[in-house]
Amino acid sequence: MRKVSAVNLAAIAVGIAFLYLPIVILVIYSFNASRLVAVWGGWSTRWYGELMSDVPILDAAFISIRLALVSASAATILGTLAALALARFGRFRGRLLFAAMIYAPLVMPEVITGLSLLLLFVAVAADRGFWTVAIAHTTMAMCFVTVIVQSRLVGFDISLEEAAMDLGATPLATFFAVTLPLILPAVAAAWMLAFALSLDDLVIASFTTGPGATTLPIRIYSEVRLGVKPEMNAVCSIMVGVVGVAVIAASLLAKLSGGERAARAQP
Amino acid sequence: MRRNQPRSLWQSLVVRIPYAWLAALFVLPFLIVLKISLSQSAIARPPYTPVFDLAAGWHGIRAFFAALSFDNYVLIGSDPIYVLSYLKSVEIAAFSTLILLLVGYPIAYAIARTPRRWQAVLIVLTVLPFWTSLLIRIYAWMNILQRDGPLNQLLVALSIVKEPPVWLSTNTAIFIGVVYSYLPFMVLPLYATLEKLDESLLEAAADLGCPRWKIFWQVTLPLSSSGVIAGALLCFIPIVGEFVIPDLLGGSRSPMIGQTIWMEFFGNKDWPAAAAVAVVLVCLLVAPILVYQHRAMRAVERD
Repeated sequence: MRKVSAVNLAAIAVGIAFLYLPIVILVIYSFNASRLVAVWGGWSTRWYGELMSDVPILDAAFISIRLALVSASAATILGTLAALALARFGRFRGRLLFAAMIYAPLVMPEVITGLSLLLLFVAVAADRGFWTVAIAHTTMAMCFVTVIVQSRLVGFDISLEEAAMDLGATPLATFFAVTLPLILPAVAAAWMLAFALSLDDLVIASFTTGPGATTLPIRIYSEVRLGVKPEMNAVCSIMVGVVGVAVIAASLLAKLSGGERAARAQP
Repeated sequence: MRRNQPRSLWQSLVVRIPYAWLAALFVLPFLIVLKISLSQSAIARPPYTPVFDLAAGWHGIRAFFAALSFDNYVLIGSDPIYVLSYLKSVEIAAFSTLILLLVGYPIAYAIARTPRRWQAVLIVLTVLPFWTSLLIRIYAWMNILQRDGPLNQLLVALSIVKEPPVWLSTNTAIFIGVVYSYLPFMVLPLYATLEKLDESLLEAAADLGCPRWKIFWQVTLPLSSSGVIAGALLCFIPIVGEFVIPDLLGGSRSPMIGQTIWMEFFGNKDWPAAAAVAVVLVCLLVAPILVYQHRAMRAVERD
Protein backbone atom coordinates (compact mmCIF):
# COMPACT_ATOMS: atom_id res chain seq x y z
CA MET A 1 0.00 0.00 0.00
CA ARG A 2 1.14 3.49 -0.81
CA LYS A 3 1.95 5.74 2.09
CA VAL A 4 0.43 9.19 2.15
CA SER A 5 3.02 11.84 2.90
CA ALA A 6 2.30 14.49 5.53
CA VAL A 7 2.35 17.27 2.93
CA ASN A 8 -0.23 15.51 0.77
CA LEU A 9 -2.41 14.77 3.77
CA ALA A 10 -2.26 18.44 4.77
CA ALA A 11 -3.19 19.55 1.23
CA ILE A 12 -6.24 17.28 1.27
CA ALA A 13 -7.28 18.29 4.78
CA VAL A 14 -7.00 22.02 4.06
CA GLY A 15 -8.82 21.59 0.74
CA ILE A 16 -11.73 19.67 2.28
CA ALA A 17 -11.96 22.11 5.21
CA PHE A 18 -12.05 25.07 2.79
CA LEU A 19 -14.86 23.42 0.82
CA TYR A 20 -17.01 22.44 3.79
CA LEU A 21 -16.40 25.02 6.53
CA PRO A 22 -18.57 27.76 4.96
CA ILE A 23 -21.50 25.36 4.58
CA VAL A 24 -21.08 24.10 8.16
CA ILE A 25 -21.00 27.69 9.45
CA LEU A 26 -24.17 28.48 7.48
CA VAL A 27 -25.98 25.51 9.01
CA ILE A 28 -24.80 26.42 12.54
CA TYR A 29 -25.99 30.02 12.11
CA SER A 30 -29.39 28.80 10.94
CA PHE A 31 -29.88 27.51 14.51
CA ASN A 32 -28.86 30.82 16.08
CA ALA A 33 -31.70 32.16 18.22
CA SER A 34 -30.51 35.75 17.76
CA ARG A 35 -31.44 37.83 14.71
CA LEU A 36 -27.97 39.37 14.68
CA VAL A 37 -25.22 37.33 13.13
CA ALA A 38 -22.58 38.67 15.50
CA VAL A 39 -24.48 37.60 18.61
CA TRP A 40 -24.86 33.96 19.47
CA GLY A 41 -28.26 33.70 21.18
CA GLY A 42 -28.19 29.98 21.86
CA TRP A 43 -29.55 27.07 19.84
CA SER A 44 -33.04 27.42 18.47
CA THR A 45 -35.21 26.16 15.63
CA ARG A 46 -37.09 29.47 15.56
CA TRP A 47 -36.20 30.33 11.95
CA TYR A 48 -37.32 26.93 10.70
CA GLY A 49 -40.64 27.49 12.46
CA GLU A 50 -41.10 30.89 10.87
CA LEU A 51 -40.32 29.40 7.50
CA MET A 52 -43.29 27.06 7.74
CA SER A 53 -45.63 30.05 7.74
CA ASP A 54 -43.76 31.92 4.98
CA VAL A 55 -46.18 31.36 2.09
CA PRO A 56 -44.12 33.01 -0.72
CA ILE A 57 -41.09 30.86 0.10
CA LEU A 58 -43.17 27.67 0.24
CA ASP A 59 -44.88 28.53 -3.06
CA ALA A 60 -41.52 29.22 -4.69
CA ALA A 61 -40.13 25.94 -3.38
CA PHE A 62 -43.10 24.06 -4.80
CA ILE A 63 -42.67 25.70 -8.21
CA SER A 64 -38.94 24.95 -8.20
CA ILE A 65 -39.49 21.26 -7.44
CA ARG A 66 -42.12 20.87 -10.17
CA LEU A 67 -39.85 22.72 -12.58
CA ALA A 68 -36.87 20.51 -11.73
CA LEU A 69 -38.93 17.32 -12.18
CA VAL A 70 -40.22 18.40 -15.60
CA SER A 71 -36.98 19.79 -16.99
CA ALA A 72 -34.76 16.99 -15.61
CA SER A 73 -36.99 14.36 -17.24
CA ALA A 74 -37.14 16.15 -20.58
CA ALA A 75 -33.39 16.85 -20.49
CA THR A 76 -32.63 13.21 -19.72
CA ILE A 77 -34.64 11.97 -22.72
CA LEU A 78 -33.20 14.55 -25.14
CA GLY A 79 -29.69 14.24 -23.77
CA THR A 80 -29.72 10.44 -23.99
CA LEU A 81 -30.89 10.61 -27.62
CA ALA A 82 -28.07 13.05 -28.39
CA ALA A 83 -25.56 10.78 -26.64
CA LEU A 84 -26.73 7.80 -28.71
CA ALA A 85 -26.38 9.85 -31.86
CA LEU A 86 -22.84 10.95 -30.99
CA ALA A 87 -21.61 7.60 -29.68
CA ARG A 88 -23.25 5.13 -32.08
CA PHE A 89 -23.99 6.73 -35.42
CA GLY A 90 -20.46 7.24 -36.69
CA ARG A 91 -19.71 10.34 -38.69
CA PHE A 92 -23.15 11.44 -39.85
CA ARG A 93 -23.63 14.66 -41.75
CA GLY A 94 -23.66 17.70 -39.50
CA ARG A 95 -22.03 15.79 -36.64
CA LEU A 96 -19.46 18.50 -35.98
CA LEU A 97 -22.10 21.19 -35.61
CA PHE A 98 -24.14 18.82 -33.46
CA ALA A 99 -21.20 18.16 -31.14
CA ALA A 100 -20.45 21.89 -31.02
CA MET A 101 -24.04 22.58 -29.93
CA ILE A 102 -23.65 20.01 -27.15
CA TYR A 103 -20.31 21.22 -25.79
CA ALA A 104 -20.69 25.00 -26.09
CA PRO A 105 -23.58 25.38 -23.59
CA LEU A 106 -21.50 23.58 -20.93
CA VAL A 107 -19.20 26.57 -20.53
CA MET A 108 -21.40 29.34 -21.94
CA PRO A 109 -21.89 32.09 -19.33
CA GLU A 110 -25.43 31.83 -17.98
CA VAL A 111 -26.25 35.51 -18.63
CA ILE A 112 -25.81 34.88 -22.34
CA THR A 113 -27.89 31.69 -22.40
CA GLY A 114 -30.61 33.40 -20.36
CA LEU A 115 -30.68 36.59 -22.43
CA SER A 116 -30.72 34.75 -25.77
CA LEU A 117 -33.52 32.39 -24.73
CA LEU A 118 -35.59 35.28 -23.44
CA LEU A 119 -35.20 37.17 -26.72
CA LEU A 120 -36.29 34.02 -28.55
CA PHE A 121 -39.40 33.72 -26.39
CA VAL A 122 -40.20 37.38 -27.00
CA ALA A 123 -39.65 36.98 -30.74
CA VAL A 124 -42.15 34.13 -30.96
CA ALA A 125 -44.48 35.97 -28.56
CA ALA A 126 -44.58 33.10 -26.05
CA ASP A 127 -46.23 33.82 -22.70
CA ARG A 128 -43.42 33.77 -20.19
CA GLY A 129 -43.87 31.66 -17.08
CA PHE A 130 -43.40 28.10 -15.86
CA TRP A 131 -43.08 26.53 -19.30
CA THR A 132 -40.54 28.99 -20.71
CA VAL A 133 -38.28 28.37 -17.70
CA ALA A 134 -38.82 24.60 -18.10
CA ILE A 135 -37.74 24.78 -21.77
CA ALA A 136 -34.72 26.90 -20.87
CA HIS A 137 -33.63 24.52 -18.09
CA THR A 138 -34.14 21.51 -20.36
CA THR A 139 -31.86 23.07 -22.97
CA MET A 140 -29.15 23.90 -20.44
CA ALA A 141 -29.27 20.52 -18.65
CA MET A 142 -29.54 18.21 -21.68
CA CYS A 143 -25.95 18.94 -22.68
CA PHE A 144 -24.68 17.77 -19.27
CA VAL A 145 -26.82 14.64 -19.65
CA THR A 146 -25.33 13.97 -23.08
CA VAL A 147 -21.75 14.16 -21.85
CA ILE A 148 -22.40 11.81 -18.92
CA VAL A 149 -24.35 9.23 -20.96
CA GLN A 150 -21.99 9.47 -23.93
CA SER A 151 -18.94 8.61 -21.84
CA ARG A 152 -20.82 5.59 -20.50
CA LEU A 153 -21.82 4.51 -24.04
CA VAL A 154 -18.26 4.86 -25.29
CA GLY A 155 -17.06 2.83 -22.31
CA PHE A 156 -19.10 -0.33 -22.81
CA ASP A 157 -18.65 -3.25 -25.16
CA ILE A 158 -20.45 -2.53 -28.43
CA SER A 159 -20.39 -6.22 -29.38
CA LEU A 160 -23.26 -6.82 -26.92
CA GLU A 161 -25.50 -4.61 -29.04
CA GLU A 162 -24.21 -6.18 -32.25
CA ALA A 163 -24.95 -9.66 -30.90
CA ALA A 164 -28.56 -8.67 -30.16
CA MET A 165 -28.94 -7.21 -33.65
CA ASP A 166 -27.37 -10.29 -35.26
CA LEU A 167 -29.92 -12.44 -33.41
CA GLY A 168 -32.65 -10.44 -35.09
CA ALA A 169 -33.56 -7.80 -32.49
CA THR A 170 -34.76 -4.53 -33.97
CA PRO A 171 -32.74 -1.41 -33.07
CA LEU A 172 -35.55 -0.32 -30.77
CA ALA A 173 -35.69 -3.69 -29.00
CA THR A 174 -31.90 -3.73 -28.73
CA PHE A 175 -31.96 -0.35 -27.08
CA PHE A 176 -34.51 -1.32 -24.42
CA ALA A 177 -33.22 -4.87 -23.82
CA VAL A 178 -29.45 -4.30 -23.95
CA THR A 179 -28.33 -0.69 -24.12
CA LEU A 180 -30.65 0.99 -21.64
CA PRO A 181 -30.07 -1.49 -18.76
CA LEU A 182 -26.32 -1.07 -19.22
CA ILE A 183 -26.33 2.73 -19.27
CA LEU A 184 -29.04 3.06 -16.61
CA PRO A 185 -26.69 4.12 -13.77
CA ALA A 186 -25.32 6.92 -15.98
CA VAL A 187 -28.83 7.93 -17.07
CA ALA A 188 -29.96 8.04 -13.43
CA ALA A 189 -26.93 10.10 -12.41
CA ALA A 190 -27.55 12.44 -15.32
CA TRP A 191 -31.20 12.88 -14.31
CA MET A 192 -30.09 13.81 -10.80
CA LEU A 193 -27.56 16.31 -12.09
CA ALA A 194 -30.20 17.85 -14.35
CA PHE A 195 -32.58 18.05 -11.38
CA ALA A 196 -29.95 19.76 -9.24
CA LEU A 197 -28.99 22.19 -12.03
CA SER A 198 -32.61 23.23 -12.46
CA LEU A 199 -33.23 23.53 -8.73
CA ASP A 200 -30.11 25.71 -8.33
CA ASP A 201 -30.37 28.00 -11.31
CA LEU A 202 -30.90 31.70 -10.68
CA VAL A 203 -29.67 33.51 -13.77
CA ILE A 204 -31.42 31.65 -16.61
CA ALA A 205 -34.66 31.46 -14.62
CA SER A 206 -34.56 35.21 -13.90
CA PHE A 207 -34.38 36.00 -17.60
CA THR A 208 -36.97 33.53 -18.84
CA THR A 209 -39.56 33.61 -16.07
CA GLY A 210 -42.82 35.52 -16.04
CA PRO A 211 -45.58 36.41 -13.63
CA GLY A 212 -46.57 33.61 -11.25
CA ALA A 213 -43.40 31.58 -11.78
CA THR A 214 -41.01 32.83 -9.10
CA THR A 215 -38.58 30.01 -8.39
CA LEU A 216 -36.91 29.41 -5.04
CA PRO A 217 -33.49 30.78 -6.10
CA ILE A 218 -35.14 33.95 -7.48
CA ARG A 219 -36.98 34.35 -4.17
CA ILE A 220 -33.83 33.73 -2.11
CA TYR A 221 -31.82 36.09 -4.28
CA SER A 222 -34.29 38.95 -3.87
CA GLU A 223 -34.17 38.41 -0.09
CA VAL A 224 -30.40 38.12 0.36
CA ARG A 225 -29.35 40.90 -2.05
CA LEU A 226 -29.75 43.39 0.75
CA GLY A 227 -27.96 41.36 3.38
CA VAL A 228 -27.91 38.24 5.52
CA LYS A 229 -31.24 37.11 6.99
CA PRO A 230 -31.68 34.30 9.52
CA GLU A 231 -34.74 32.87 7.73
CA MET A 232 -32.62 32.52 4.59
CA ASN A 233 -29.99 30.64 6.60
CA ALA A 234 -32.72 28.15 7.44
CA VAL A 235 -33.95 27.80 3.83
CA CYS A 236 -30.42 27.32 2.54
CA SER A 237 -29.63 24.76 5.25
CA ILE A 238 -32.70 22.72 4.30
CA MET A 239 -31.63 22.79 0.63
CA VAL A 240 -28.10 21.72 1.58
CA GLY A 241 -29.54 18.89 3.66
CA VAL A 242 -31.86 17.64 0.91
CA VAL A 243 -29.10 17.71 -1.71
CA GLY A 244 -26.59 16.08 0.66
CA VAL A 245 -28.92 13.19 1.52
CA ALA A 246 -29.90 12.70 -2.14
CA VAL A 247 -26.33 12.63 -3.43
CA ILE A 248 -25.10 10.28 -0.70
CA ALA A 249 -28.09 7.97 -1.26
CA ALA A 250 -27.47 8.00 -5.00
CA SER A 251 -23.77 7.20 -4.71
CA LEU A 252 -24.52 4.36 -2.27
CA LEU A 253 -27.12 3.06 -4.72
CA ALA A 254 -24.67 3.27 -7.61
CA LYS A 255 -22.08 1.47 -5.51
CA LEU A 256 -24.54 -1.30 -4.57
CA SER A 257 -25.73 -1.88 -8.13
CA GLY A 258 -22.15 -1.59 -9.40
CA GLY A 259 -20.96 -4.13 -6.84
CA GLU A 260 -23.79 -6.46 -7.73
CA ARG A 261 -22.89 -6.28 -11.40
CA ALA A 262 -19.24 -6.89 -10.68
CA ALA A 263 -20.17 -9.92 -8.58
CA ARG A 264 -22.34 -11.32 -11.37
CA ALA A 265 -19.58 -10.80 -13.92
CA GLN A 266 -17.23 -13.02 -11.94
CA PRO A 267 -18.56 -16.58 -11.83
CA MET B 1 -20.35 -1.47 -40.52
CA ARG B 2 -23.64 -0.13 -39.36
CA ARG B 3 -22.94 3.40 -40.45
CA ASN B 4 -23.21 2.30 -44.07
CA GLN B 5 -26.63 0.74 -43.62
CA PRO B 6 -29.68 2.78 -44.51
CA ARG B 7 -31.12 4.30 -41.34
CA SER B 8 -34.46 3.26 -40.02
CA LEU B 9 -36.99 5.90 -39.12
CA TRP B 10 -36.33 5.72 -35.41
CA GLN B 11 -32.58 5.99 -35.91
CA SER B 12 -32.94 9.18 -37.86
CA LEU B 13 -35.27 10.51 -35.16
CA VAL B 14 -32.57 9.84 -32.54
CA VAL B 15 -30.40 12.37 -34.33
CA ARG B 16 -33.04 14.77 -35.49
CA ILE B 17 -34.98 15.41 -32.29
CA PRO B 18 -32.07 16.68 -30.16
CA TYR B 19 -30.56 18.34 -33.24
CA ALA B 20 -33.74 20.29 -33.91
CA TRP B 21 -34.11 21.16 -30.22
CA LEU B 22 -30.61 22.62 -29.97
CA ALA B 23 -30.87 24.40 -33.31
CA ALA B 24 -34.10 26.06 -32.22
CA LEU B 25 -33.11 26.81 -28.62
CA PHE B 26 -29.36 27.36 -28.75
CA VAL B 27 -28.37 28.55 -32.25
CA LEU B 28 -31.50 30.46 -33.26
CA PRO B 29 -31.54 32.53 -30.02
CA PHE B 30 -27.98 33.65 -30.81
CA LEU B 31 -29.02 34.88 -34.22
CA ILE B 32 -31.86 36.78 -32.57
CA VAL B 33 -29.42 38.34 -30.06
CA LEU B 34 -27.22 39.38 -32.98
CA LYS B 35 -30.19 40.93 -34.76
CA ILE B 36 -31.47 42.81 -31.72
CA SER B 37 -27.97 44.12 -30.99
CA LEU B 38 -28.32 45.99 -34.30
CA SER B 39 -31.65 47.50 -33.31
CA GLN B 40 -32.48 50.61 -31.33
CA SER B 41 -34.07 50.78 -27.95
CA ALA B 42 -37.68 52.00 -28.05
CA ILE B 43 -40.54 52.55 -25.68
CA ALA B 44 -42.73 49.79 -27.04
CA ARG B 45 -43.52 46.12 -26.68
CA PRO B 46 -41.08 44.52 -27.41
CA PRO B 47 -38.80 47.43 -26.38
CA TYR B 48 -36.74 47.71 -29.55
CA THR B 49 -37.11 48.72 -33.16
CA PRO B 50 -37.22 47.63 -35.97
CA VAL B 51 -39.38 44.57 -35.48
CA PHE B 52 -39.18 41.94 -38.18
CA ASP B 53 -42.54 41.94 -39.92
CA LEU B 54 -43.05 39.38 -42.65
CA ALA B 55 -46.59 40.57 -43.28
CA ALA B 56 -45.22 43.77 -44.85
CA GLY B 57 -43.65 41.67 -47.62
CA TRP B 58 -40.46 42.51 -49.55
CA HIS B 59 -40.75 46.18 -48.82
CA GLY B 60 -40.95 45.46 -45.11
CA ILE B 61 -37.81 43.33 -45.24
CA ARG B 62 -35.88 46.11 -47.05
CA ALA B 63 -37.05 48.68 -44.54
CA PHE B 64 -36.01 46.31 -41.75
CA PHE B 65 -32.45 45.97 -43.02
CA ALA B 66 -32.17 49.69 -43.70
CA ALA B 67 -33.07 50.41 -40.07
CA LEU B 68 -30.34 48.18 -38.58
CA SER B 69 -27.35 50.05 -37.23
CA PHE B 70 -24.08 49.54 -35.39
CA ASP B 71 -24.83 52.34 -32.93
CA ASN B 72 -24.81 49.99 -29.94
CA TYR B 73 -21.34 48.74 -30.81
CA VAL B 74 -20.07 52.29 -31.23
CA LEU B 75 -21.52 53.05 -27.80
CA ILE B 76 -19.78 50.04 -26.22
CA GLY B 77 -16.46 51.03 -27.78
CA SER B 78 -16.67 54.65 -26.71
CA ASP B 79 -18.16 54.42 -23.21
CA PRO B 80 -15.49 53.58 -20.61
CA ILE B 81 -18.10 51.86 -18.41
CA TYR B 82 -18.31 48.96 -20.86
CA VAL B 83 -14.61 48.81 -21.65
CA LEU B 84 -13.69 48.83 -17.95
CA SER B 85 -16.29 46.18 -17.30
CA TYR B 86 -14.81 43.84 -19.92
CA LEU B 87 -11.30 44.51 -18.65
CA LYS B 88 -12.27 43.83 -15.06
CA SER B 89 -14.01 40.56 -16.01
CA VAL B 90 -11.05 39.23 -17.97
CA GLU B 91 -8.62 40.36 -15.26
CA ILE B 92 -10.61 38.73 -12.45
CA ALA B 93 -11.09 35.54 -14.48
CA ALA B 94 -7.38 35.34 -15.37
CA PHE B 95 -6.15 35.95 -11.82
CA SER B 96 -8.63 33.59 -10.22
CA THR B 97 -7.79 30.86 -12.75
CA LEU B 98 -4.15 31.27 -11.73
CA ILE B 99 -5.06 31.09 -8.02
CA LEU B 100 -7.26 28.06 -8.71
CA LEU B 101 -4.34 26.31 -10.41
CA LEU B 102 -2.06 27.05 -7.47
CA VAL B 103 -4.66 25.86 -4.95
CA GLY B 104 -6.13 23.01 -6.99
CA TYR B 105 -2.90 21.39 -8.16
CA PRO B 106 -1.60 20.33 -4.73
CA ILE B 107 -5.04 18.98 -3.79
CA ALA B 108 -5.43 17.00 -7.04
CA TYR B 109 -1.86 15.77 -6.78
CA ALA B 110 -2.34 14.66 -3.18
CA ILE B 111 -5.60 12.83 -3.99
CA ALA B 112 -3.94 11.04 -6.90
CA ARG B 113 -1.18 9.83 -4.56
CA THR B 114 -3.50 8.30 -1.93
CA PRO B 115 -4.43 4.58 -1.95
CA ARG B 116 -7.00 3.69 -4.64
CA ARG B 117 -9.97 3.13 -2.39
CA TRP B 118 -9.54 6.56 -0.77
CA GLN B 119 -9.42 8.30 -4.13
CA ALA B 120 -13.07 7.63 -5.00
CA VAL B 121 -14.24 8.92 -1.61
CA LEU B 122 -12.05 12.03 -1.80
CA ILE B 123 -13.27 12.86 -5.31
CA VAL B 124 -16.90 12.52 -4.20
CA LEU B 125 -16.10 14.82 -1.25
CA THR B 126 -14.54 17.37 -3.61
CA VAL B 127 -17.48 17.37 -6.00
CA LEU B 128 -20.24 17.25 -3.38
CA PRO B 129 -20.34 21.03 -2.67
CA PHE B 130 -20.89 21.63 -6.40
CA TRP B 131 -24.26 19.89 -6.01
CA THR B 132 -25.51 22.54 -3.62
CA SER B 133 -26.62 25.75 -5.23
CA LEU B 134 -24.01 28.34 -6.16
CA LEU B 135 -26.34 30.95 -4.71
CA ILE B 136 -26.32 29.17 -1.34
CA ARG B 137 -22.56 28.76 -1.30
CA ILE B 138 -22.06 32.43 -2.08
CA TYR B 139 -24.65 33.35 0.51
CA ALA B 140 -22.67 31.29 3.04
CA TRP B 141 -19.68 33.54 2.29
CA MET B 142 -21.84 36.65 2.76
CA ASN B 143 -22.43 35.37 6.28
CA ILE B 144 -18.74 34.77 6.90
CA LEU B 145 -17.42 37.99 5.36
CA GLN B 146 -19.86 40.39 7.03
CA ARG B 147 -18.40 43.26 9.02
CA ASP B 148 -19.14 41.55 12.33
CA GLY B 149 -19.16 38.06 10.86
CA PRO B 150 -17.20 35.03 12.07
CA LEU B 151 -14.06 35.78 10.04
CA ASN B 152 -13.63 39.25 11.49
CA GLN B 153 -14.51 37.98 14.98
CA LEU B 154 -11.76 35.39 14.63
CA LEU B 155 -9.22 37.89 13.30
CA VAL B 156 -9.93 40.33 16.13
CA ALA B 157 -9.93 37.60 18.78
CA LEU B 158 -6.51 36.40 17.58
CA SER B 159 -5.34 40.06 17.54
CA ILE B 160 -4.29 39.74 13.91
CA VAL B 161 -6.12 42.98 13.17
CA LYS B 162 -7.25 45.78 15.48
CA GLU B 163 -10.05 47.14 13.32
CA PRO B 164 -12.24 44.59 11.55
CA PRO B 165 -11.49 44.99 7.82
CA VAL B 166 -14.24 45.41 5.22
CA TRP B 167 -14.48 42.32 2.99
CA LEU B 168 -17.80 42.63 1.20
CA SER B 169 -17.93 44.82 -1.92
CA THR B 170 -14.22 44.29 -2.58
CA ASN B 171 -12.38 42.39 -5.28
CA THR B 172 -10.88 40.20 -2.56
CA ALA B 173 -14.37 38.93 -1.75
CA ILE B 174 -14.95 38.16 -5.44
CA PHE B 175 -11.69 36.20 -5.58
CA ILE B 176 -12.64 34.22 -2.46
CA GLY B 177 -16.08 33.42 -3.87
CA VAL B 178 -14.78 32.46 -7.31
CA VAL B 179 -11.97 30.25 -6.02
CA TYR B 180 -14.37 28.59 -3.60
CA SER B 181 -17.05 27.94 -6.22
CA TYR B 182 -14.82 26.75 -9.05
CA LEU B 183 -12.35 24.61 -7.08
CA PRO B 184 -14.09 21.30 -8.02
CA PHE B 185 -13.91 22.27 -11.72
CA MET B 186 -10.15 22.70 -11.37
CA VAL B 187 -9.42 19.67 -9.19
CA LEU B 188 -11.36 17.14 -11.30
CA PRO B 189 -9.55 17.49 -14.66
CA LEU B 190 -6.19 17.81 -12.88
CA TYR B 191 -6.88 14.65 -10.90
CA ALA B 192 -7.96 12.82 -14.07
CA THR B 193 -4.55 13.35 -15.70
CA LEU B 194 -2.44 13.02 -12.54
CA GLU B 195 -4.14 9.72 -11.67
CA LYS B 196 -3.04 8.22 -15.01
CA LEU B 197 0.55 9.37 -14.53
CA ASP B 198 2.97 6.47 -14.77
CA GLU B 199 4.85 6.41 -11.49
CA SER B 200 7.75 4.42 -12.90
CA LEU B 201 8.74 7.56 -14.82
CA LEU B 202 9.09 9.44 -11.53
CA GLU B 203 11.05 6.55 -10.03
CA ALA B 204 13.32 6.46 -13.06
CA ALA B 205 14.03 10.16 -12.73
CA ALA B 206 14.70 9.75 -8.99
CA ASP B 207 17.02 6.76 -9.61
CA LEU B 208 19.03 8.85 -12.03
CA GLY B 209 19.60 11.37 -9.24
CA CYS B 210 17.12 14.03 -10.22
CA PRO B 211 16.15 16.25 -7.26
CA ARG B 212 12.45 16.20 -6.36
CA TRP B 213 11.61 19.74 -7.43
CA LYS B 214 13.22 19.06 -10.78
CA ILE B 215 11.25 15.83 -11.21
CA PHE B 216 8.08 17.82 -10.64
CA TRP B 217 9.13 20.56 -13.05
CA GLN B 218 10.45 18.31 -15.81
CA VAL B 219 8.27 15.19 -15.57
CA THR B 220 5.06 15.62 -13.55
CA LEU B 221 4.03 19.06 -14.72
CA PRO B 222 4.58 18.52 -18.47
CA LEU B 223 2.75 15.18 -18.31
CA SER B 224 -0.23 16.79 -16.60
CA SER B 225 -0.39 19.77 -18.97
CA SER B 226 -3.61 18.54 -20.62
CA GLY B 227 -5.32 18.59 -17.21
CA VAL B 228 -3.95 22.07 -16.52
CA ILE B 229 -5.35 23.37 -19.82
CA ALA B 230 -8.71 21.63 -19.37
CA GLY B 231 -9.11 22.94 -15.81
CA ALA B 232 -8.04 26.46 -16.76
CA LEU B 233 -10.55 26.65 -19.64
CA LEU B 234 -13.35 25.08 -17.60
CA CYS B 235 -12.85 27.82 -15.00
CA PHE B 236 -11.80 30.85 -17.06
CA ILE B 237 -14.69 30.86 -19.58
CA PRO B 238 -17.65 30.85 -17.16
CA ILE B 239 -15.88 33.13 -14.64
CA VAL B 240 -15.63 35.92 -17.26
CA GLY B 241 -19.43 35.96 -17.51
CA GLU B 242 -20.13 35.27 -13.83
CA PHE B 243 -23.04 37.16 -12.32
CA VAL B 244 -24.02 35.82 -8.89
CA ILE B 245 -20.57 35.98 -7.29
CA PRO B 246 -19.64 39.59 -8.19
CA ASP B 247 -23.20 40.75 -7.54
CA LEU B 248 -23.47 39.37 -4.01
CA LEU B 249 -19.83 39.67 -2.89
CA GLY B 250 -18.40 42.45 -5.05
CA GLY B 251 -21.10 45.08 -5.05
CA SER B 252 -22.11 47.16 -8.03
CA ARG B 253 -19.55 49.98 -8.02
CA SER B 254 -17.34 48.51 -10.72
CA PRO B 255 -19.42 45.74 -12.26
CA MET B 256 -18.17 42.68 -14.09
CA ILE B 257 -19.60 42.16 -17.57
CA GLY B 258 -22.29 39.71 -16.41
CA GLN B 259 -23.60 42.40 -14.07
CA THR B 260 -23.48 44.98 -16.85
CA ILE B 261 -25.66 42.80 -19.11
CA TRP B 262 -28.03 42.20 -16.18
CA MET B 263 -28.25 45.93 -15.40
CA GLU B 264 -28.77 46.99 -19.02
CA PHE B 265 -31.52 44.44 -19.26
CA PHE B 266 -33.35 44.57 -15.95
CA GLY B 267 -32.37 48.06 -14.78
CA ASN B 268 -32.13 50.26 -17.89
CA LYS B 269 -34.48 48.05 -19.96
CA ASP B 270 -32.18 48.70 -22.90
CA TRP B 271 -32.45 45.33 -24.63
CA PRO B 272 -30.42 46.22 -27.75
CA ALA B 273 -27.50 47.44 -25.62
CA ALA B 274 -27.63 44.30 -23.46
CA ALA B 275 -27.65 42.19 -26.64
CA ALA B 276 -24.66 44.07 -28.06
CA VAL B 277 -22.69 43.64 -24.81
CA ALA B 278 -23.52 39.91 -24.94
CA VAL B 279 -22.38 39.60 -28.57
CA VAL B 280 -19.03 41.24 -27.78
CA LEU B 281 -18.64 38.89 -24.79
CA VAL B 282 -19.25 35.84 -26.99
CA CYS B 283 -16.67 37.16 -29.48
CA LEU B 284 -14.15 37.52 -26.63
CA LEU B 285 -14.82 33.96 -25.49
CA VAL B 286 -15.18 32.23 -28.84
CA ALA B 287 -11.53 31.22 -29.13
CA PRO B 288 -11.27 29.62 -25.66
CA ILE B 289 -14.68 27.98 -26.15
CA LEU B 290 -13.58 26.39 -29.44
CA VAL B 291 -10.36 25.09 -27.88
CA TYR B 292 -12.33 23.72 -24.93
CA GLN B 293 -14.89 22.04 -27.23
CA HIS B 294 -12.25 20.40 -29.35
CA ARG B 295 -10.43 18.97 -26.33
CA ALA B 296 -13.58 17.87 -24.49
CA MET B 297 -14.90 16.07 -27.55
CA ARG B 298 -11.63 14.25 -28.07
CA ALA B 299 -11.42 13.32 -24.37
CA VAL B 300 -14.89 11.71 -24.30
CA GLU B 301 -14.35 9.80 -27.51
CA ARG B 302 -10.90 8.50 -26.61
CA ASP B 303 -12.12 6.76 -23.43
